[in-house]
Amino acid sequence: MNNLKVLLNGIIKENPTFVLLLGMCPTLGTTSSALNGMSMGLATMFVLVCSNVVISLVKNLIPDMVRIPSFIVVIASFVTALQMCMQAFVPDIYATLGLFIPLIVVNCIILGRAEAFASKKGVIPSLFDGIGMGFGFTLALTILGAAREILGTGKIFGYELWSEGYGMLMFVLAPGAFIVLGYLIAVMNKLKKA
Amino acid sequence: METVYQYLIVFITAIFVNNVVLSQILGICPFLGVSKKVNTALGMTGAVAFVLVLATLVTYLLQYYVLNPLALEYLQTIAFILVIAALVQLVEIILKKVSPSLYQALGVFLPLITTNCAVLGVAILVIQKEFNLVMGVWYALSTALGFGLALIVFAGIREQLNLVPVPKGMQGVSIALVTAGLLAMAFMGFSGVDNGLKVFLGL
Repeated sequence: MNNLKVLLNGIIKENPTFVLLLGMCPTLGTTSSALNGMSMGLATMFVLVCSNVVISLVKNLIPDMVRIPSFIVVIASFVTALQMCMQAFVPDIYATLGLFIPLIVVNCIILGRAEAFASKKGVIPSLFDGIGMGFGFTLALTILGAAREILGTGKIFGYELWSEGYGMLMFVLAPGAFIVLGYLIAVMNKLKKA
Repeated sequence: METVYQYLIVFITAIFVNNVVLSQILGICPFLGVSKKVNTALGMTGAVAFVLVLATLVTYLLQYYVLNPLALEYLQTIAFILVIAALVQLVEIILKKVSPSLYQALGVFLPLITTNCAVLGVAILVIQKEFNLVMGVWYALSTALGFGLALIVFAGIREQLNLVPVPKGMQGVSIALVTAGLLAMAFMGFSGVDNGLKVFLGL
């Protein structure tokens, strides 16, 4: 029951993107389409779950003073593993996400959860926290990507809703990222109060 | 003369055409976090420029004199982030001893820079674009100036934004993001300038 609460916490109440406003760079940089947003979310989720589990396992072995660098090494190792796997199995997505894959290392969500949750709690809650937070992040990125894809090209997951001629290209480019996220947060604020 | 032109084009491109924040979308956390006042924006720009140039220099040497000869290219991410974290710590310690006044000015911003993805991003981009050392450092400096320009303009706008009535649901981050979007749109006006300049200079 308690684990379920931890899981839901990351998805709704403490959604990393819409509520905590963490990890803004990949959120804005990779959501030019729903598929790209979802891939980035899943990649981050993988690193988050693995690093949460490993850090909660070794938390008693790490001296307090070198805790942050140790966390970063753990996270960077998983990112490197992910980078190699993606390059081998999904080269197309790897090429689209490009620079943002190695930049998962500096995503504040991952280090933030390691510091705030995994370094204090047991393995099982940390696992659920990783899944919840990762899923919340994936959900937010997919929504943002879908909104930009529909507005920009009239498609969703590549499926055509209306002719591309009606799309506003700006929403696929950088300015659209800022504007769509701004309005989505305003909508979230409204929903939270209601 | 050609090389001078090359440097000029990299400079203009990094600041206006491919602005690190508004076009490449790197370093958004400090862009949103420390842009409430122009003064803090200036301090952050100074700290980022300092660390960015130093980090690019060190990671470049690391890549070409350690990782490449030993065929350890796949360790790039781990090695770079550790070097950047250590460098920031080192700069902090040295500044504290050597120039307490500068440390006072930059102090609060320095620890934040480790998680600024612009630093790691530029270090990796310099390797990907296969710049030479001088060009890489020049690119890092130009990027830092571009970051500073975006940050200071945005801080100026946000200071004015405090004086106008904003709808309740849009207050805070929401209106800031929409403003940043409009600013990014304005910067899109520069696209194509780099190619035009290349033609103009006959490259």
